[in-house]
This record gives sequence, structure tokens and C-alpha cells, in this order.
Amino acid sequence: MLNIQTQLFEGQDVRLGPIDHEAHPDIESKWTHDAEFMRLMERKPVRPLSPAQVKKEYESIEKRMDEERNLFYFTIRAREDDRLIGKALVQWIDWTNGNGWIQLGIGAAEDRRRGLGSQVMRLLLHFAFAETNLHRVTAMVPEYNEAAIHLLRKFGFTEEVRRREGADRDGRRWDTLTFGLLRSEWVERVKSQE
Amino acid sequence: MKDIFRGELVRLTVESPETIAKAQARWFRDSELLRLAESDPAYMWSEKNRKEWVEKQDGQDAKNFRFCIRTLSDDKLIGEVSIHPQWVDADAWVGIGLGERDYWGRGYGTDAMRLILQYGFVELNLHRISLGLHSYNERALKSYEKAGFKVEGVMRQDTFREGRRTDGIYMGILRDEWLTMQGETA
Repeated sequence: MLNIQTQLFEGQDVRLGPIDHEAHPDIESKWTHDAEFMRLMERKPVRPLSPAQVKKEYESIEKRMDEERNLFYFTIRAREDDRLIGKALVQWIDWTNGNGWIQLGIGAAEDRRRGLGSQVMRLLLHFAFAETNLHRVTAMVPEYNEAAIHLLRKFGFTEEVRRREGADRDGRRWDTLTFGLLRSEWVERVKSQE
Repeated sequence: MKDIFRGELVRLTVESPETIAKAQARWFRDSELLRLAESDPAYMWSEKNRKEWVEKQDGQDAKNFRFCIRTLSDDKLIGEVSIHPQWVDADAWVGIGLGERDYWGRGYGTDAMRLILQYGFVELNLHRISLGLHSYNERALKSYEKAGFKVEGVMRQDTFREGRRTDGIYMGILRDEWLTMQGETA
């Protein structure tokens, strides 16, 4: 039976929400000053942003969503008070071939290691496979990001590509890994958990 | 110093947007070429569209290095090769395509690839070079292996063509591997 009553954006302790252009720039600006978070979240060189710069970035994200139609950007909120705790996205969607790239991060240190990432991943995969109807999702992660690799494996992702010495950080080279999850694998996993 | 733009069968050139656009508009009416080289739906873009695309690409100075491939024997424009560095990681993506079908499977593409690898390692000073291809493009796989690339993994079912899901192959070559190869052939 078709079930459209299940809320796509509601998790147990977290929910997905839209960008708040007034409240969020100050919070995200603080995250960009946290080098540890930024180096795990982003591949490009860490660069702190002012609230005004974050605001511009939000505008450009929404412009991209509107014009290119291949990106879905979510803010992650704590259910208890709706405060911003992270971001999650499906990007570079290749509609013809049914492929999309996912990324998520919990911004504030005190919200990490509480299992919130898993709750977000569950929502994000449900959105990617059951709402945008992708055939597969892909995640790219450098080998030093052990927490991300652990999360991907937990959700059944397979390591598909290992680009040898693809990243340069802290004076040494690291492999960059591509993980993939097929819709059929996701369906099996969800069924077995019901 | 040797001419790094000259191989055994081809040389690399940079040409005007008009010349490239004209060639591309003709080449891209060959759907087999497009389905070998691209993931987007095969489509025949106009000469005007291609010219604007080339101008835009060439305007992004340090991001794209695009070359045309010309035969040494009769100076015929047969295809294109480009390299796109990710400077922070000293990595780059390369792409190559021979628009002229008569030159497929005869070593011209491999020769051009060798030149772009040389350019990437001795001129752009990259640490590694990457590429991706469709698993059904067996001719390309052989050529890339000959040029020194190693398979680094397979993205399962990343392409949907003719009602079938096919895989994407990803390859890479490290600077050290390339240097070793040069020692062996010198």
C-alpha cells in the first residue's frame, strides 16, 4: 500500500528543515571557525566565513537548487528546540542515470557522537531512494575520516573506488574512497529491519 | 629541451573557438562517440553553443587545460584532450575523445594521452592523474592501461543505457609510477 503519511523529514531526535536566512548564518559562521569539523566536512582548504559570507552562500545554494535542479540541501535541527545542529545534502544528481552524491555533518562538537548522524542518514537515504527515486547514492570520503567511513559501512555502503594518495593533508598523502549504495541494497536492508 | 607537445603520431595544439566548435558540431552527431565519452544523454549541440562553451572553458584559466589533437602525418584535427587540476591535492582529471572514427584503435589516442600525462607531471607538477570511463568502452580501457593507468575501482551501475545498468571504471596513475615508466622506455 502506498504510504504517504510517514513524515519524510522527522527523525527520533532530529528533523530536516529549510535554511533560516536570519538565524543560521551566525551559527554556521562559528562552525567554519572549527578546523576539526571543517576538515572532516569539506575537501577544500578550511576558510572561516563571516555571518555575511555564510548568508551569501545560502543564497547561492538556493539559486543553484532553483536553476540547476540537481541539489537538495537540508538543515538538520534538534527536535527538542529546533536549533540548527548540522546539514545534509544530496547533490550533483545525475537524473538520467539515477545517481546522486550525499554528504552530512553535525556542526557543534557537543552534538557529535550521540548517534544523530545515523538518524540523519536514515532520513537522507529514504529521501534519496523513495522520494527522488535514485538508483544509487555515492559518498566520497578521505581515508582519515574514520567516523564517516564507519557510518557508511553501518548503512550497507560498499567501498567501490580507492583513489590512491588522492588527498594531501597535514604533510602526507591519503587515499580517497568512494562508497556506493544501490537502491536494491537499501530496500533489502529496510525490509529486514521492519 | 624536447618539444613536450609532440608525440610519435600526434601533436597537441590550441585552436580558436571557431575551429573547435565547427569540429565538435560535426563530431557530436555521432551518437556512438557521445555514448562512449559522456554520461549525459547524447545530444547534438549547435556550433554556436559549442563556441560559447569553449570560450567559457578557456576563460577559466588555471582550471582547464584543453588541447586539440592533430596528426603529425597530415596535420588533421582528430580530437581533443583536456586536463583539469585540483591544485590543493595536486590531482587532476583528464578527458580525451577522438571525434574522427577512422583514427580509433590505432594508437592515436594513446599517444595523445601520453603527452597529456607528461604535461601533467613535468609541467603542472601533479602528484597523480585520474580518469573515469564506461565499462563497455573496452578500447579506452586498453589504451589507458597502455598509457600507464591502473584501475582503482568500479562504481556499480552508475550508468543507465538502452535499458541496462552498466558500471563506471575509475583509474589513476601516480607521479612515481609515471617516472618509473619513463626510465624503462628511455
